[in-house]
Amino acid sequence: MATIAPATEGLTTADGVSLKVSLARANARSRRRALLLVLPLLAFLTVTFVLPILDMLYRGIENSVVPETFTRTTAVIGQWDPDTAELPPESIYEAMVGDLKEAYASKSLGSAARRLNYDLPGVSSLFRKSGRRANRIEEGPYKDALLKIDKAWGEPAIWRLLHRESGAYTASYFLAAVDMRYDEQGDVAPQPEYRQIYLRLFGRTLMLSVVITVLCLLLGYPVAYLLATLPLRTSNLLMVMVLLPFWTSLLVRTTSWIALLQTQGVINDLLVLVGIVSDDGRLQMMHNQVGTIVAMTHILLPFMILPLYSVMKTIPPSYMRAARSLGANPLTAFVRVYLPNTVAGIGAGSILVFILAIGYYITPALVGGQSGTLISNFIADHISTTLNWGLAAALGVLLLGIVLALYFLYDKIVGIDNMKLG
Amino acid sequence: MEQANDPIVRFDGVQKSYDGETLVVKKLDLDIARGEFLTMLGPSGSGKTTCLMMLAGFEPATHGEIYLNGQPINRVPPHKRGIGMVFQNYALFPHMTVAENLAFPLEVRGMDRATIEQKVNRALDMVRLPEFGGRRPAQLSGGQQQRVAVARALVFEPDLVLMDEPLGALDKNLREEMQYEIKHIHERLGVSVVYVTHDQSEALTMSNRVAVFDDGVIQQLAAPDVLYEQPRNAFVAYFIGENNRLYGRVEAIDGDHCTVRLDDEGASVRALRVNVEGVGSRTTLSLRPERVQILGGEQAADNVMSGRVEELIYLGDHVRTRMTVAGNDAFIVKIPNAHGHAVLRVGDTVKLGWAADDCRALDPPTGEREPV
Amino acid sequence: MKRFHTKTTAAAVAALIGAAPAYAADLTVVSWGGAYTASQQKAYHEPYMAKNPGVTIINDDSAAEGLAKLRAQVEAGNVTWDLVDMVASDAITACDEGLVMEIDYDNMLAPAPDGTPASKDFIKGTLEVGGTNCFIPQIVYSTTFGYRTDAWSGKKPTSIDDVFDLKGFPGKRSLEKKPINNLEWALLADGVAPDQIYEVLSTPEGVNRAFAKLDTIKSEVIWWTKGAQPPQLLADGEVVMASAYNGRLFNAIAVEKQPIAMMWDYQSYDLDGWVIPKGAKNTKAVMEYVRWATDTQRLADQAKYISYGPARYSSAPLVGKHAELGVDMKPHMPTDPANAKNLFTFDYEWWADHRAEMDERFNAWLAK
Repeated sequence: MATIAPATEGLTTADGVSLKVSLARANARSRRRALLLVLPLLAFLTVTFVLPILDMLYRGIENSVVPETFTRTTAVIGQWDPDTAELPPESIYEAMVGDLKEAYASKSLGSAARRLNYDLPGVSSLFRKSGRRANRIEEGPYKDALLKIDKAWGEPAIWRLLHRESGAYTASYFLAAVDMRYDEQGDVAPQPEYRQIYLRLFGRTLMLSVVITVLCLLLGYPVAYLLATLPLRTSNLLMVMVLLPFWTSLLVRTTSWIALLQTQGVINDLLVLVGIVSDDGRLQMMHNQVGTIVAMTHILLPFMILPLYSVMKTIPPSYMRAARSLGANPLTAFVRVYLPNTVAGIGAGSILVFILAIGYYITPALVGGQSGTLISNFIADHISTTLNWGLAAALGVLLLGIVLALYFLYDKIVGIDNMKLG
Repeated sequence: MEQANDPIVRFDGVQKSYDGETLVVKKLDLDIARGEFLTMLGPSGSGKTTCLMMLAGFEPATHGEIYLNGQPINRVPPHKRGIGMVFQNYALFPHMTVAENLAFPLEVRGMDRATIEQKVNRALDMVRLPEFGGRRPAQLSGGQQQRVAVARALVFEPDLVLMDEPLGALDKNLREEMQYEIKHIHERLGVSVVYVTHDQSEALTMSNRVAVFDDGVIQQLAAPDVLYEQPRNAFVAYFIGENNRLYGRVEAIDGDHCTVRLDDEGASVRALRVNVEGVGSRTTLSLRPERVQILGGEQAADNVMSGRVEELIYLGDHVRTRMTVAGNDAFIVKIPNAHGHAVLRVGDTVKLGWAADDCRALDPPTGEREPV
Repeated sequence: MKRFHTKTTAAAVAALIGAAPAYAADLTVVSWGGAYTASQQKAYHEPYMAKNPGVTIINDDSAAEGLAKLRAQVEAGNVTWDLVDMVASDAITACDEGLVMEIDYDNMLAPAPDGTPASKDFIKGTLEVGGTNCFIPQIVYSTTFGYRTDAWSGKKPTSIDDVFDLKGFPGKRSLEKKPINNLEWALLADGVAPDQIYEVLSTPEGVNRAFAKLDTIKSEVIWWTKGAQPPQLLADGEVVMASAYNGRLFNAIAVEKQPIAMMWDYQSYDLDGWVIPKGAKNTKAVMEYVRWATDTQRLADQAKYISYGPARYSSAPLVGKHAELGVDMKPHMPTDPANAKNLFTFDYEWWADHRAEMDERFNAWLAK
């Protein structure tokens, strides 16, 4: 029999070990086992998810190409005060010529030139041209030699740029991602109005995503309700119809919407046939935001219906009956009893649709027309055509930040544990 | 104007079919008296819950009319019927506190805050949960949820409360406790209660009258003691309490009694003539186990037969004895654990006896339908 | 590898392959898929594999993401591609980024049959695009205009001015959703001389002028993003006029027999060709293949299957009839003198400097 130890010493097991220690030991074993079980997934997620995101964060500020290419210049450019109107001293020009020669020979000038061109359009060709001709510069004065190649070397803006971007890290991608830049004096300032695009795109992306989410909710709620309440045979058929879009390629679905919505398309033909619109007054339902909203709502609808359905399925029909028997008319019963019990599904479905909508770009690119470009189109474009991965990373980080912020907001308002995905 | 002795509910020739092919409720004529506690008892699929749903307004009657306080209510939607209802799974709203649940029927009736609060507190007191108003249903035990559900169905003071197997989810002890509690609330408030259950002991404990349902028809409508003592047919005899059945053919009828020749041994038994068509018709004899005596020595009875002891189960106050009597090997006899009673052993053959009035000759066995 | 002297190495490689027999290898060739890859398959890959049984050419259709994937491969140090088909502007970027090999044209590419060295035989301006020397051109394609022949009861647009003339040629137009070409056409239609376009565009006033001209038709424009869209929009009657790749229009006109015709005024030449990834594993084998596949006859052969112009002067006379349709391909070539009366020389370098800025401005303009 275990002796009962005095309360001050705590309880012990039969062989005298403190109960707490013993419990911790037993728990540690099961924790280790649990850890081993999730280890493969953890490793998988680290490699495929966490590391790429960290890499993206890093690329948004990484700037090593400039100090690595212009080693001499970046070492000495600190001697020059960028706030003066004067040009840098001869020693800095000499360093630049040395860097140009070496970078041109080692073929590393191109990428550095492209990098700096993001901040100051036009320097790409300046560096390339100067690189080609720098070999001919045998001796000083180097300042005159460079000015002879291009008089742009006499503009302080270029030197200010080099002065600012000489470090291994840069803020200019993130500034560009929020429509800001360094002005001529090197101060942070808004981009000229005609170049302000990303904030507007973020705004448009968020706005369209909200509209699509709300539409999905309005359209999906009754369908989910039917799915959850109809007899099994009927609801199974309905479920197949809900899932059908999942089994069709995204491009096929988008193309079908084009066939339906275009001005010479099926819907307009029908409207003209019935006489609702005249042949000249065909409706423009595509190549504008209407097209994007219609096609994306259709594509994302199942992501709203399924979480709603899984929540509604768990609501016993007796709740509504109870509410009715207690004197509530159908509307009151729905609003006060049914609706609050589906909040978990509404939250899950909305977050799912919203996050998917924020990242969609093929569909808006095809049916969206001039007002349908979303932020993801630009991210994709910077990844695959302009190869400006720094800006793409900065935009991606901002998008991620917005999503996380909204998620946090949702947690504050509704509570994350209130979310039910199925 | 309605009178105090008018029925509160009247089913008038009500029929119900879901699929247009079979009738779930065949023909229901039933009056429920004001203040009555009426239980609809029957196996699942017997139509009792359907009747309740029609009364509550969740299912339309296919044919016939239901009256509430003398008014036809077939076209009145559920929320305008003013009937309280307690559901099998309680149907407490999980997103509201107990107090909010209780306030719900009052709020939708547009009562003012103060009245609502007063009524809610009174209802909580009634079910002995005065401290629980701020809790969520999920934080309550099954019995507490049950009491809240009852309180919610009563808080708006309806004339009629429907209860659909409300105690089915509770364990045995709690169930019995709740039976008394509901019964007492009913007695105190004087509301009419229509109660649906498949548990006969629940029905017998709580009800003024019990309607035994089977196959969409009320088999018998009577007070609990009548139902037990004088079942009108084989189904009721079987469904209410325990009974031993013997099958035979009516040989002779004399007044209230008849003589039945048993199928098995050809012995003849005198029985009370309850539900037999005439001489020559087949009949089921029903005999309560506690009305069978073990005859010692010279003791005599209206009917005397021998039985072989197959199994003895000691139950404290009595010994439940299974015997083979006239070919029926599930013949139960309850032997009181009284002083000086005979001690039996498996394999013994004993003399059994019972009075003719305790043996009821009922309708013939249908063969196919073995009530479950 | 940073201080790798490509030119000398490349010369050595070229010298080697002059003597050595074909290298056996599996070559992964990245191209655009569809009709374009099919034309390469028939004109280049199949005859080459027949000639060199040791070589197997594997097609990879991911050229649309070629630049990004190539950079990822080079950064990861695991280059699995041997040869990549790219448009010239992407090749310039790839070359700037040091992702692809530099090419010594005269030593590494075949001369014309008459002995003209490659540097002289390739059409002027197609080599050393944007001041880089990584790009081996195959074809000249152009972005030009198609219009519906039934749109204006017989009236035909003949000049770039007609694209901007909503009164004379009413109806929706489709243009590519990019500033490239559109800014140039706007200035041309606004009366700027072809040789002064980039000079004008280099000034803020010039850019404003281009956008102001585009403003005049903005309400009637449907913007396309994928090459397949404009012929489809024309065929569906959604638009009456569209800028499109000439090969796509040829297909809609000659194969699908749509009521569409072409308007070549100020067609915008662009180039498509090969680049060889740095660090590719079969450099020697792929160099030998490229030398053969870009010779005079092979480039002419490709034009039998698709209506893009061969990038060599010496190939032009060899262009014959379409392999299946039997139509003479010469009049459908962007390089045909009748079609090339007016053209402007696309300035890759200017766009390398200003693309990011103009993209932003263009999209800000669109969103207005």
